[in-house]
Amino acid sequence: MSDYGAIVQKLRDSFGTRKTRPAEFRISQLNSIVKLLRENEGAIVEALERDLRKPKFETMISEISMAINEANYAINHLASWMKPEHVEKSLVMKFDECFIRKEPLGVVLIIGAWNYPVQLVLVPLIGAIAAGNCAVVKPSELSDSTSSLLTELLPKYLDQSCFSVVCGGAKETTELLEQRFDHIFYTGGVSVARSVMRAASCHLTPVTLELGGKSPALVEGSCDVTATARRLVWARFFNAGQSCVAPDYVLCSPETRRLLLPALRDCITQLYGTEPRESRDFGRIINQRHFERIRDLLSNSQGRVEIGGETEEGERYIAPTVLVDVSESDPVMQEEIFGPVLPILTVESLEEAINFINRREKPLALYLYTGDSKVVTKVMECTSSGGFCSNDGLVHMTVITLPFGGVGSSGVGRYHGRFSFDTFSHQRSCVLRGFGLEWANQLRYPPYSEQKLERLLQATQERKWSCTLL
Amino acid sequence: MLPSPSSPSPARWFRTLRRTKSTEQSSKLSLSVCTELLRKSREALASGRTLREEFRLSQLEALVRMLVENEDEFVDVLHKDLHKPRFETVLSELILVKNEALFAVNNLKKWMNPEYVARSLVTSLDECFVVSEPLGVVLIIGSWSSPVQLNLVPLVGAVAAGNCVILKPSEISSHTTELLQRLIPSYLDTECYHVISGGPSDLTDLLELKFDHIFYTGSRATGQQVMQAAARSLTPVTLVLGGKNPCYVDRECDVGIAAQRIAWARFHNAGQSDVAPDFVLCHTDVQARLILALRSCLLQFYGPEPRHSASFGRLVNAELFTHVRDLVLASGKVAVGGEMDEAEKYIAPTVLTDVLESDPAMQQEIRGPVLPIMTVYSADEAINYIRRKEKPLCLYVFSSDRKVISNMMTCTSSGSFCANDSVLQSMMVMLPFGGVGASGMGSYHGRCSFNTFSHRKSCVLRNTRVECVTYLRYPPYEDRSLSLMMWASSLSRRSQAWCQIL
Repeated sequence: MSDYGAIVQKLRDSFGTRKTRPAEFRISQLNSIVKLLRENEGAIVEALERDLRKPKFETMISEISMAINEANYAINHLASWMKPEHVEKSLVMKFDECFIRKEPLGVVLIIGAWNYPVQLVLVPLIGAIAAGNCAVVKPSELSDSTSSLLTELLPKYLDQSCFSVVCGGAKETTELLEQRFDHIFYTGGVSVARSVMRAASCHLTPVTLELGGKSPALVEGSCDVTATARRLVWARFFNAGQSCVAPDYVLCSPETRRLLLPALRDCITQLYGTEPRESRDFGRIINQRHFERIRDLLSNSQGRVEIGGETEEGERYIAPTVLVDVSESDPVMQEEIFGPVLPILTVESLEEAINFINRREKPLALYLYTGDSKVVTKVMECTSSGGFCSNDGLVHMTVITLPFGGVGSSGVGRYHGRFSFDTFSHQRSCVLRGFGLEWANQLRYPPYSEQKLERLLQATQERKWSCTLL
Repeated sequence: MLPSPSSPSPARWFRTLRRTKSTEQSSKLSLSVCTELLRKSREALASGRTLREEFRLSQLEALVRMLVENEDEFVDVLHKDLHKPRFETVLSELILVKNEALFAVNNLKKWMNPEYVARSLVTSLDECFVVSEPLGVVLIIGSWSSPVQLNLVPLVGAVAAGNCVILKPSEISSHTTELLQRLIPSYLDTECYHVISGGPSDLTDLLELKFDHIFYTGSRATGQQVMQAAARSLTPVTLVLGGKNPCYVDRECDVGIAAQRIAWARFHNAGQSDVAPDFVLCHTDVQARLILALRSCLLQFYGPEPRHSASFGRLVNAELFTHVRDLVLASGKVAVGGEMDEAEKYIAPTVLTDVLESDPAMQQEIRGPVLPIMTVYSADEAINYIRRKEKPLCLYVFSSDRKVISNMMTCTSSGSFCANDSVLQSMMVMLPFGGVGASGMGSYHGRCSFNTFSHRKSCVLRNTRVECVTYLRYPPYEDRSLSLMMWASSLSRRSQAWCQIL
């Protein structure tokens, strides 16, 4: 048996002892995650600084704080989430118990991503733990400082018989995927997601795929241009543009563009100074390959650099950049940018913008900046996306009561808050009867007759606008 | 009821259709036909008509009318396909679909409304809600054992959720499929909903096309094939897969009633059911009584010659007959029944005893009117046996001891569970129905169907007036704003409330 086989077997054996079932165990593990984050704040900040030059502020609010909140939210609500859900019963089932039990799936695999390496591993893990599973966690090898730190810390804080960390790259991931899991949770890109789902199909393992895509930002004429610019800049250049839900490109009218560009320029200066390279608050690209990819997108683009455009290879620095005169066929519009570059495409009307969006794959997020609530309704109803946010960026994924996930090629499934618990649970329908009232069952047994059928039909038919009898 | 659009009576429709029946009516599966239907469906979707509540209601009501107005035809084709008695057709096929459709009609408005979520103090100026959207064009592949219900119940969910649908009923239940192909275009919108038919090799071709969801009921092997194909385009799937559903009969049990309920579940539809108990693990103390009780029940249900009973079905085809016959001949001992007639595809309601774990009847899904009984010496032994196997679609236990029931329920996993009866949990509109592990993924029935075929989109609507609240988050970052933000946005362990300042 391979190493991975042995790891998964060990977790399966632990799961079989039922130690992850009691709420106390789950809460203790969730508390340990909170402790891990609080006691190692400094080390985490440093690791993210090494991997992405992520500012401490960003690490605290988008990594540490988010994970702590998810853990505390799960702890606060676990009792109600674990309770069986009793359902409305028909008159015929009055003496029966009919409910839905929430059961753990077993041993799950969580494959994290490198752009938010703490949050994208710990938030799913929190859901898996809350739901009573054992888990194998595989952080991304690209964010290697953070992944090494997690590999060192997780076994110190969590029960090692129930939770394991595995490191490695593509080869190790492929080997790991040969094992049988009860759920695979993957965050990353479309092509690896296909391999994950294909591997999962061999064992009929359900998957959650949190992918990305090109998230459009429509800036409509009635918006508050200054506020829009500030929020766009914040959302686009946070983490140096390396967010799956960052606005990837802007669609606006030529007139709006004329007003937006100076506002964007001002905001970039306000937020990052005149030399963003010197700002402590602006990050770097994760590695050489991605740096070159984004730099090539810039140089091959047929658009024009209106703001920024500077790059520095040694530091993997790309300045907050705005491109204009970009067409739909431009190289920069063919793949998710995942970097601090914001192309602006012009359209003549809202309809054109909506058609543009609908011609493309469904994005993970769709943003709209407008002062007109009718425009909000129209865009929201005429397009489809994982999530939708008007007049801001990124924030919809921080609302813990909202499910977060994609649709179409931006993903399958969802999580955060209660939805993480549900993702890692099986909702098992249960009906408990007694041996009484067998006379009521006689109608359903052979030998069949028209009279029996009539009487049963009277008792069991749903009627329009009335109560359910069966 | 909403007034139906003016149209000729169904009887006239049928006469017209029969006169003009041609190859274009039968929509026999070919890749080019499917590609064209998919294109038509996408166009219909883009027109936006399925987004409207009135449209969806009208389609659901038309579906109900289709079942009501053609009841006799449905009874007839199900009799041809499975020798299904009228009683079973009406109750376990037609009424089930009708109930689901009317439940959807009664609740559609509520399901289509946005669901507002709890907000923090700080986001109270925003609107935060989840809105359900159709996925697009979905493919539903139904199975043959309950060919009306297994195709039309998912269809109800897909229609209610606003999708366009390509429906592929099984070629094995050919008469029912042909009826659906004939009737559905007469009742439902012909641009949005299409029925196709074809064999297993056609399925491979069909799965090359891109759908927005694939809903499959059937075998594990094909379920894997479906999911593998779906992986190419990252299409979400719902798989409801068959397997062996265990049924434990405890020593503390009303054996007579247990036997009735088990016999009813196992032998209706001549055992061809995804949800019936597939085998019994019987406590040694009650086995003899159980067998006697089963024999007496079967006599009561089907008479001394079940072959002549109008209440007993037949196997769907020669292949299945051979499969079940071979299982019987190679496993254990026949305690009740065992008679067979190949020409009629008839196998008598049969109970097997002295069955070993290694017997074919305990290794393969039976799908016929045969109930193997394996002896166990305790409830724990039964639990261990069950846990050694793949997670089943359904799990049953008969016991008057609440502790035994509770143990069985908590120490095992299955799609669904029922104590002291069977099958019912799969017929209730309020309970999700689906598998887990090798018995499938995803679920449906009632609101669950609507959710399965929807994308639940999270929406946050903000305005830009209250910038004072968000200013803390912008660079240049300052430690003092960080402290304030951390304090404000941290979820307290002590309180139930949460605060989000971003």
